[in-house]
Amino acid sequence: MNSGQLPRWADYGLIPFLNLAAAFLVSGLVVVLIGENPLEAVKILVWGSLGYGEGIGFTLFYATNFIFTGLAVAVAFHAGLFNIGGEGQAYIGGLGVAFACLALDQYVPWYVTLPFAILGSAMMGAAWALIPGWLQATRGSHVVITTIMFNFIASSLMVYLLNNILKKPGSMQSETRTFEEGGRLPFLNDIFPSFGFGYAPVNLSLFVALGACVLVWLLIWRTKLGFEIRSFGANATAAVYAGISPVKTIVVTMLISGGLAGMMAINEIMGSQHRLLIDFVTGYGFVGIAVALMGRAHPVGIVLAAVLFGMLYQGGAELSFEMPSITRDMIIVIQGLVILFAGALEHMFRPTIVRLFTPSRALKAKEA
Amino acid sequence: MSDTPAIELRKINKSFGPVHANKDIDLVVKKGSIHGIIGENGAGKSTLMSILYGFYAADDGDILINGEKVTISDSKAAIGMGIGMVHQHFMLVDNFSVLENVVLGAEDSALLAGGLSRARTTLKHLEDEYELRVDPDALIQDLPVGLQQRVEILKALYRSAEVLILDEPTGVLTPAEADHLFKILEVLKNEGKTVLLITHKLREIMKVTDTVSVMRRGEMVATRETAKTSMEELAELMVGRSVLLRVDKDPATPEAPVMEVENLTVTDSRGVQVVKDVSFTVRAGEIVGIAGVSGNGQSELLETLCGIRRATSGTLKINGETIDLGTSRLDAADMRAKSMGHVPEDRHRMGLINSFYEYENSILGYHRDPAYSKGVLMDLGAIKKNAVAEIEKYDIRPPNPMLKTANFSGGNQQKIVLAREIERDPEVLLVGQPTRGVDIGAIEFIHRRLVEMRDAGKGVLLVSVELDEIRALSDRVLVMFDGKIVGERGANAEEGELGLLMAGVEDNQTAAAGGAQ
Repeated sequence: MNSGQLPRWADYGLIPFLNLAAAFLVSGLVVVLIGENPLEAVKILVWGSLGYGEGIGFTLFYATNFIFTGLAVAVAFHAGLFNIGGEGQAYIGGLGVAFACLALDQYVPWYVTLPFAILGSAMMGAAWALIPGWLQATRGSHVVITTIMFNFIASSLMVYLLNNILKKPGSMQSETRTFEEGGRLPFLNDIFPSFGFGYAPVNLSLFVALGACVLVWLLIWRTKLGFEIRSFGANATAAVYAGISPVKTIVVTMLISGGLAGMMAINEIMGSQHRLLIDFVTGYGFVGIAVALMGRAHPVGIVLAAVLFGMLYQGGAELSFEMPSITRDMIIVIQGLVILFAGALEHMFRPTIVRLFTPSRALKAKEA
Repeated sequence: MSDTPAIELRKINKSFGPVHANKDIDLVVKKGSIHGIIGENGAGKSTLMSILYGFYAADDGDILINGEKVTISDSKAAIGMGIGMVHQHFMLVDNFSVLENVVLGAEDSALLAGGLSRARTTLKHLEDEYELRVDPDALIQDLPVGLQQRVEILKALYRSAEVLILDEPTGVLTPAEADHLFKILEVLKNEGKTVLLITHKLREIMKVTDTVSVMRRGEMVATRETAKTSMEELAELMVGRSVLLRVDKDPATPEAPVMEVENLTVTDSRGVQVVKDVSFTVRAGEIVGIAGVSGNGQSELLETLCGIRRATSGTLKINGETIDLGTSRLDAADMRAKSMGHVPEDRHRMGLINSFYEYENSILGYHRDPAYSKGVLMDLGAIKKNAVAEIEKYDIRPPNPMLKTANFSGGNQQKIVLAREIERDPEVLLVGQPTRGVDIGAIEFIHRRLVEMRDAGKGVLLVSVELDEIRALSDRVLVMFDGKIVGERGANAEEGELGLLMAGVEDNQTAAAGGAQ
């Protein structure tokens, strides 16, 4: 009902913009409180993330991660599921990428390895979402609880695997051997030198991510499965009436969601680190929730929100370098504020905006 | 008694965005009278009453109570001015006693005990004065709905209400309980109370009110003395054109059975048997009506037959195929594939997805049909074309398949469901409460469609709590009470007779036969 009262541009443009503005306003106050100039801080943040080629490269690199985890959360949203296990699913997805790369890198070029890495990461991520999905579908165990528990299990499992099974013999590091050429995605700087991405790790997975956006859009709005997912999410009783199986819908949606989260590992492992290592996900899975919320669970919105959070990551790093009193933790505070306003307080401005819009439309109706 | 009206409304206006729900409403309610307000769904009755009860503030206009201009800012203020309201859905705490519910919100001391014993005395006094007997210590959950409603009335009287607003009070009552309610209203009137009765049932208006006001599209179109008007005139005023209150149809010419239900038993999630050993037959070319007060197993029966709910035991023969409902795992899609259409009782909860576009709902449940898909993709072209055709054929307004379903009125939403189910041309159509919350104009249309369905040689199973509807449409009437079919009657069944069956009074005529044929 509520969204029906607003024109699309207000719903998808104005409200996210207001949320963002509020977040930055409060962040600015925080910056003032610690005795720095907020305008100066914004300048550094924006310049650091968009002002030069390498900065843009880092922003896009982070954005690639957020697109994957954002899409993962969004697909689950459409079925009314809250998958907050992107963190663990991406971590386990790393196994799939590593297996493909370790097995093939010495024999074939990267473009042969890539499809296997995509498949491997998606399958491992999906597998990690399968049990929570299955438990939700058949036992009613809430995915919010189970997926977050699975994040911890994933973390412990990976520590065990990396220290005991996958570790390079003779090494002190909890990581696999470094992949050869066949297990490394080309950096965009090597493909498009003129952009000047420099040492930024942005790589071909960006295009994999954009491709995933198109596929998710097709899935949700153009396929029968997407229709069933949306039906179930919007009104589960009506979905059952329509002959849509709740068990199948929940499980399949969680598999797709987990698979998308798992594919984040392609960017980190095959695109940047070139080895599987401990804790490479570092919060990307959780930020995906904010990205999906802010992007209105729509691929276009997710790309925009992912770029924004990429800017916060990259520009934030520059900011704490340039203004030492703004520590790394302060950057996290700012990111937290954006998540708070864009996600948790998403409906704060809505009633006011709706009120502002309706009388003017009523007047128009009268005049007509 | 003075001539000052109990309530007077002058030029009340209220808009919700572009919707002008109340336009210059004038209303005078005489003290000590029963005043009916009738109108179609969406005519603005509820909005007007909500303004009177302080839920909404009017955009402009005056409210006068006992001749004095007042501002009613919230329901507490309304109660303070002696206005009480009995809502359509009772506002009672199920696991509290009658006394506790009556006192709830009107406790006059921090400690309950003292207040409760004083309240008990007051309640006793009220019960005597208005002949409203209820055991003050009974728990609400143990009381039948008729008595629960009585508690609601007592609640209002306890708060010294002089004016009582009843919103669609008979929706959940048996005819006998409704009659009893009307007697109570008479007593209230004789004691000098004023009653405002909101309803869409013409029969009730004629039976119990002194004066009736008719609303249409946000306007008060007429006020009549009930004795000087007729159902036909009121219906015409409500709709704005003359309407047929009866359903014109020829006698049925039933053929072979299309659906046979045998020994169906359904147990709900709490382990209670809600459908008990029910057997009946629907033949091609007839409408079989299932009458009964809401909550006697009809909903569960429908849901089981269409594959949404699992049965404990029983068989279903449809189009010659026999299905063991106790063991089969058929879902709603499978039942549709067996040529069974289903118009569910609650279109908001089940029949439609309100946040979807109209065209998306026009294929809900049929989205896997090859006619509407290309491989894994949906064929949006074909789907929209079909939606446009159905909109035209069923006169769905506004005629826009790209509109969100929530933006259609109740009647038009129901037409969307009906079009979807009927146009797939099923052999058997299950229909639950087809005209609940639907305006008179659309009711006529929906009834005609169902009769056409029958005349085309299909079997129709109709479940409705509106006895008038059952009697108008059905060729045979089965009455359900407490999960059992307690009687069967022909097309011309008497209302009183059906009413007794619905109330669970033992039926001599068919009890021996053990239900339907």
